[in-house]
Amino acid sequence: MTRAFPPSGTTGLAHEEPIIFERSVPGRRGWLQPSSDIPAADDLDGALLRQQAPRLPELTEPDVVRHYHRLSQWNYSIDAGFYPLGSCTMKYNPRVNEDVAAMTGFAQVHPQQPGATFQGALQLMVELEDALAEIVGLDAVTLQPAAGAHGEYTGLACIRAAQVACGDARTKILVPESAHGTNPATAVICGYQTVTLPAGPDGLLHPEVVAAAMDDQVAGLMITHPNTIGLYERHLPEICEIVHRGGGFVYGDGANLNALMGVARPGDVGIDVMHINLHKTFSTPHGGGGPGAGPVAVRAELEPFLPRPIIRRGELLELDWDRPLSIGKVRSFFGNFGVLVRAWTYIREIGGPGLEQATRLAVLNANYIRARLGESFAVAFDTPCMHEVVLTDRNQREHGVATMDIAKRLIDKGFHPPTVYFPLVVPHAIMVEPTESESLQELDSFVAAMHEIAAEAAENPALLTGAPHAPVRGRLDEVAAAKQPRLRYDFP
Amino acid sequence: MAERFYKYIPATAGEIEHMLGVVGYASIDALLAEIVPAPQLLGRPLALPAPVSEGEVLEAGAQLAAQNQHAGTLACFLGAGAYRHQIPAAIHHMVSRGEFLTAYTPYQPEVSQGTLQGIFEFQTMVCELFGMEVANASVYDGASALAEAIFMAHRVARGKRPKAIIAGAVHPEYQEVCCTYGLAEIVQLRAQPPGADGRIDLAALEASLDKQVCCVAVQSPNFLGLIEDLPALAELVHAAGALLVVVVTDPHACALFESPGACGADIVVGEGQALGLPVSMGGPYVGLFATRTKLVRTMPGRLVGRTHDVHGQPGFVLTLSTREQHIRREKATSNICTNQGLCALQTAMYMSMLGPDGIKDVAERSHAHALYLSRAIAALPGFELPFGGHFFHEFLVRTPVPAAGLVEHLVAHGVFAGVPMSRYFPDRSHELLVCATELNTRAQMDELVRLLGVHAAYEGGAA
Repeated sequence: MTRAFPPSGTTGLAHEEPIIFERSVPGRRGWLQPSSDIPAADDLDGALLRQQAPRLPELTEPDVVRHYHRLSQWNYSIDAGFYPLGSCTMKYNPRVNEDVAAMTGFAQVHPQQPGATFQGALQLMVELEDALAEIVGLDAVTLQPAAGAHGEYTGLACIRAAQVACGDARTKILVPESAHGTNPATAVICGYQTVTLPAGPDGLLHPEVVAAAMDDQVAGLMITHPNTIGLYERHLPEICEIVHRGGGFVYGDGANLNALMGVARPGDVGIDVMHINLHKTFSTPHGGGGPGAGPVAVRAELEPFLPRPIIRRGELLELDWDRPLSIGKVRSFFGNFGVLVRAWTYIREIGGPGLEQATRLAVLNANYIRARLGESFAVAFDTPCMHEVVLTDRNQREHGVATMDIAKRLIDKGFHPPTVYFPLVVPHAIMVEPTESESLQELDSFVAAMHEIAAEAAENPALLTGAPHAPVRGRLDEVAAAKQPRLRYDFP
Repeated sequence: MAERFYKYIPATAGEIEHMLGVVGYASIDALLAEIVPAPQLLGRPLALPAPVSEGEVLEAGAQLAAQNQHAGTLACFLGAGAYRHQIPAAIHHMVSRGEFLTAYTPYQPEVSQGTLQGIFEFQTMVCELFGMEVANASVYDGASALAEAIFMAHRVARGKRPKAIIAGAVHPEYQEVCCTYGLAEIVQLRAQPPGADGRIDLAALEASLDKQVCCVAVQSPNFLGLIEDLPALAELVHAAGALLVVVVTDPHACALFESPGACGADIVVGEGQALGLPVSMGGPYVGLFATRTKLVRTMPGRLVGRTHDVHGQPGFVLTLSTREQHIRREKATSNICTNQGLCALQTAMYMSMLGPDGIKDVAERSHAHALYLSRAIAALPGFELPFGGHFFHEFLVRTPVPAAGLVEHLVAHGVFAGVPMSRYFPDRSHELLVCATELNTRAQMDELVRLLGVHAAYEGGAA
């Protein structure tokens, strides 16, 4: 029985590739069981057994490898080129991290083994906790949260538990309007109402705004530092004091920690609890949307509330489950351990000086782009930025060209677009975060591409509004996708 | 600080000087001093180890790894939420491709069709395995998937049913994660202790079902390894107007036993680790999440949908994002952002390699091995299988001596014998949860049985 695949034409090396179910040929197998001398089971009642087999594809190993190889060729990646997504910190992902995480003595360790049999894993976790605490200037760390937003939940739950333990349950969380969407979403899931705080014309949060919003129902303030506009929140010492005086805690969103390592520490300016995105600042790969890891660092007074178990230090490292004040677990087992191994490797390899140099170059690169692009694009704020710079389409709008068109045209020039339309406080934002990984030559190529796009916007706007032209697919219809959702393959 | 070279930072001293000239500062320190008020500068180096070479960091990692025992050094009968199955070699090579590994969340679909199509296929495979109509692009793990499912059931009832019932034989860590999320008191959780047969007590459940209950969450095979009567549960739960949430910790079970969807579940969640991910000390794993089409708009997490481009060619995008935090902010269905994309892709690769027959073979073989082992252990003097019901590849053993001591002793003899229940329930000192998969050989199983017998006889005699 043979059946032709849907069109398998090529454009250069970009192969068309059908949905994997269309490649399936009944009777093909990609896997054989080892032989076994254990008799087949005789105990199961037919009524319990599955009647219709799942329609998984039937393929050989070469079929499957070719399928995923071809799919991979349809992805842009940091390995392929500049990926300046603001607030995402798309830095290079060192391959030695992958090799350490894949070591048998890590990858094959079962989380239910007795503690004495995974002392090396616990030692690695303790060393990572200590390093992160030193970098952010706080006292204790949990590695359990699986991502940034998961860390946000963990941190807010600790604040809530601490206040409830003192008989001081509160109802509100203050969130600056420039916050990432996860901040208000987390606050609500944690049972709070959010109060949105405006930023000043300089893009910063000001103490008087916080003072005016602060009352005895405010559990705390959630603030991204440096903020999502790439600016250093210089009033934090005063702001934190206001929140503390009112009985609240300050939660720091650590998405932008790549701007601070070895330069300034969130704990030193008054932040009480923060999450750290290992998949941003600490070079672990994003994997097309995870797995990440979102460890949470806290001041000593919040330590009893961290998820359990914690690792108790001593000659033998022990998992301590006896934590009566703990918020409980936020995830099964100990978190995304393989991601922790990668971050540990990164910190261990480049050391304190390497982390500090990463921050310094991330800041310099962003300011270099800011200086070079200011000729063609409107820069949202008139002060030096930290690790990312926010531009807008203000100069291009008169030609009928918007931020999305600029972003899509960058694809034609070989670059991944920056983060667009975020933060919401800057209309039509184009947020560029180059990271320290990019060379001067790469930055100059990007700048040249952006200048070309600015020129095209004036001379031939259709080039932009119809972009992208180069990739295997043109602009995709997201409205149609949402109107009539097709979320799974329709079997014939 | 002198500007130095580091292997992941390309800028040379000369290039840094050039960039500083363009930016208009004499040094990076001067630029930073303009941004950060002086009292807030750290002003000292971080107290962290000095940089080392790649060879040295590999050695440091290898030294820590060498301090861990694992399934390569001991015969392993551990399960309880993390399961060992053979992972085809091709998977590591496919999933390690930089194009998958080093891409971001596919916000720009024209340059992310690989990830998007891969996740669309993953969603379809999860639906097929679970017998459901729609699945999302993954959540963190099985435990958080269950918590999200209960939140979803609460949303479906539009707040009119504030309570959720969770079966006592759901994995204790999953229960704890649900309780942590329940801390916000948005959902009140009630635990339903298992009946004398180790499964949910249907009569007791019926008595506690009322119009306040939005869902009943049950694990099958449950934490004790037993198959729950899902069709009967679905009938009871639906009669009370609530949703049935089923959680699966090793999805291979769904290839052998009737799928939760076919049994009437409304939301099916699971831990996807067993489908091609190493046990890796507990993570990264991947949460599977599936439901009925009519409930899709209350579902959490990212969804990939099929659409077309301006030329009419087929393609894929993230869709229905009006449910999500980056659009809805405080009105979102969940705060989830980063999920477990690469792990999801890895499970799809595994399911593609094994196919329907391969997955069923692994399930049947694991079941046969566990059955063989359970019968041999039950024949040992003093050992007993307290529950008579059907199980998949994991079963509870009542031991004549404390199970924790037994496990520790057998480690010295080269075997991880199982998970002592006292790990979660201090008063259940004489119970051991044992798991066998297709990877456990007859020789390993016979040796476990021999060691259990010898040790129990010795301990029992000494006591």
